[in-house]
Amino acid sequence: MKLHEYQAKAILRQAGLPVPKGEVVFKGEEVAAGLAKLGMNSGVAKAQAYTGGRGKAGGIKLFKTAEEALALTKQLLGMTLVTKQTGPEGVKIEAVLLEEASDIKRELYVAVTLDRAKANIVFILSPEGGMDIEDVAEKTPEKILKLYPAWGRNIDASLAAQGAKFLGLEGEQAKAFADVLEKLYRIYQEKDCTLLEINPLVVNGAGALSLLDCKFNIDENAVYRQKDTGGDENAEKDPSEIEASKYGLSYIKLDGDIGCMVNGAGLAMATMDTIAYYGAQPANFLDVGGSASEEAVTKAFEIISSDKNVKAILVNIFGGIMPCDRIARGVVGAVKTTGLKVPLVVRLEGTNVKEGKEVIEQSGLNLISALDLDDGAKKAAQLVKTGAGKGAN
Amino acid sequence: MAILIGKETRLITQGITGKAGLFHSQKCREYGTNVVGGVTPKKGGTTVDGFPVFNSVAESVKATGANASMIFVPAPFAADAILEAADAGVHLIVAITEGIPVMDMLKVHNYLKSKNCILIGPNCPGVTTAGVCKIGIAPGPIHSKGRIGIVSRSGTLTYEAVHQTTVAGLGQTTAVGIGGDPIHGLSHIDVVKMLNADPETEGIILIGEIGGSDEEIAAAWIKDNVKKPVVGFIAGASAPKGKRMGHAGAIIDGTSGTAEAKIKALKDAGVTVAATAAEIGAKMVQAMKAAGK
Repeated sequence: MKLHEYQAKAILRQAGLPVPKGEVVFKGEEVAAGLAKLGMNSGVAKAQAYTGGRGKAGGIKLFKTAEEALALTKQLLGMTLVTKQTGPEGVKIEAVLLEEASDIKRELYVAVTLDRAKANIVFILSPEGGMDIEDVAEKTPEKILKLYPAWGRNIDASLAAQGAKFLGLEGEQAKAFADVLEKLYRIYQEKDCTLLEINPLVVNGAGALSLLDCKFNIDENAVYRQKDTGGDENAEKDPSEIEASKYGLSYIKLDGDIGCMVNGAGLAMATMDTIAYYGAQPANFLDVGGSASEEAVTKAFEIISSDKNVKAILVNIFGGIMPCDRIARGVVGAVKTTGLKVPLVVRLEGTNVKEGKEVIEQSGLNLISALDLDDGAKKAAQLVKTGAGKGAN
Repeated sequence: MAILIGKETRLITQGITGKAGLFHSQKCREYGTNVVGGVTPKKGGTTVDGFPVFNSVAESVKATGANASMIFVPAPFAADAILEAADAGVHLIVAITEGIPVMDMLKVHNYLKSKNCILIGPNCPGVTTAGVCKIGIAPGPIHSKGRIGIVSRSGTLTYEAVHQTTVAGLGQTTAVGIGGDPIHGLSHIDVVKMLNADPETEGIILIGEIGGSDEEIAAAWIKDNVKKPVVGFIAGASAPKGKRMGHAGAIIDGTSGTAEAKIKALKDAGVTVAATAAEIGAKMVQAMKAAGK
C-alpha cells in the first residue's frame, strides 16, 4: 500500500521532522481556506499521484498569487498525469498539495528499505538527490552509500556521522541529519514500511535540512494495523483485482490473451512462463490459494472470463490442500451459469484428482483436458495462435 | 538418513484446534509422523481427535518431549508463536502461516540468532522425508522414497518436482519448501548444504522464483562445493516488473531479482536449468545419467 505525499508528510511532520508547511485540497473551493491557514499567497501546487517524475510531466507548478493558486489547482484536479513511470494511460489527479516554496541550495537522497539478503534494514544515501536513484547507482556507484543500523536500538552515533560525512554535512547540519535518520528509522518500523524514500532531502538557503518529497510504501501484510495512515489499499488496482481480493484470490491483470487459473503463486508464475515459452501471452496472474471455496473458484472463473482479451483459458491445479474436485465443481458451476465463450483447457493433478476428473467428465461440457503443465500450456497457446479461440462462441 | 526430520521427530501443532491446524495434523499422522499433541491457549487439558492439547509450547514439550513444531496460528499472532516455540527449546519450527508482516519476521530473525533452533518458513508448505515423516501441508501420496533432495520457495512447484521425480522413478529423500516471504528461516543455501552432506541424497533440485538473491547465493556455493548433479528452475521469467506475484517475496525491484540473473547464476555454477517447470523431472533423470548414477 502506498501513501500520497501529503499523507506521508503528515506522518513525518508529526514525528517532528522538518517538512515544508502545506495544505491538501480536493476541490477548488478549498484553496482560499488552505492559503489562509498557511498564511501565504505564493508557493507550489503539487498534483498528488503515486508516481515519480511529476515535475517533468507538468504536475508541479509555482504560483505567485491566490488567483494563480486557484487556477492551477483547478487545472491539476481531474487532469490525467502521464509520467514515464505511469505508462501511457496515466493517473487521474484527485488531490493537490499547496506548499510553501523552498529555497534549495543542495539536493540529497535518503531512503530506508529492507536488504533481504542481509535480513537487515538499510539506509541508502547519496549526495545526488532529485535524480532517479537507479541511474545514479548504475552510472556512479561511488555516489551511493549503504548503512546498516543495528536492530533493536537507536542508530549508533558513529553510523550517523559516517552518513553525514558522505553527504558533506557538518556541525549543526550533521546533528540535524542524525536526528532525521533516527526518526526515519523509527517511522519505518512503526508504520511497517517497505520503502521510505526522501528525495530530495534539501539543504535550504538558511542551511537547514528539509524533507521535500517522500515515497511511503507499506507492507501489504501489515495493512490491517496501518489503517490510520490514511492509505488506500485498493489504489492503483484494476477493479477486477479489487473484486478478486474480496474472495481471497490473488489476481493481477496482464496484457495477453490466455486466461490462467492456478493454485499457488510459484505454479501460477511457472504457468505464465510456460505459456510464454510456447509463444503466447498470459492475460493474468491468478492464484486461487490453497483453501478457496467452490464459490471463490466460480468467482475466479467469472473474473477471467470477463476479460475481453481472453481467447482461451487454462486451468492448472496441483491439488495439495485444495482438492481437485472442488476446483472442478467451481469451474463447472461457473461455466453453467456464465456460459463458455472460449476454449477451456484443464489440467488437474494431486489430491482427489480422480474425483475431479469425474466431475469434469460428467458435466457434459466440451473441455480440453491436458496431461501435465507442459501439455496444457502448449494446447492453450496453439488454440490462441490458430485462432480457434477467436470469436468462438 | 535424509535431512531435518525422520523417525525421531516428535511434532506438536501450534493452533491445533483451528480447522487447518487439525486437518493437517491428521494428515501428518496418517503419513506416519509422530504427532504428539498440540497447543492452543486456554484449551489445555482437552483433546482433539486423540491429540492432547496444551496451553503453552513449554507445557507440551515437558509433557511429550516434542522436538518439532508446526505453526498454523493466524498471521497477526504467528511471530509470537515462533518466539514461544524457540523459548520452549523446540529444535525445528515450521511456520506454515501466510501473511506475517515483514517487521514481525525481522524481530523473529534477530531473536533466533541467540537460540539453538531451525526455522522453516513462514508461508511455506513444510518439509517431507519421503515415506517416513511429513511436517506441513504437502500432499503425502505424491512422494516416494528415493534419491533426490528438493528445495523450493514455492509450495505447488515443490509438489510438481516431487510428483515428477516420483513418476520418473527417482523418488525423494527430503523435500523442503522454504517459503516465499522476504525474511525467512532456512534459505536455499542452507538446505543445499544439508542435502550435499546427506549420503542418501544423490541429486538435488533447486526451485526458485523472482525477487531477492537467495538463488544467486546458493548458486555461488554450489559452484565451489557440490559434486552431485543439480537441476534448477526459476519461476517468474514472464512476470512484469514492480508487481507482487502472490508471494510477498516475488517482486522485481529495480534490476535485482530477475529470473534472467538467477538463471545465469545457476548455469554458471554448472546447474542444469529446466526451461519450464514441466521438464524438471526429465532434466533430473538426464543429469543423473550423465553423472553415472
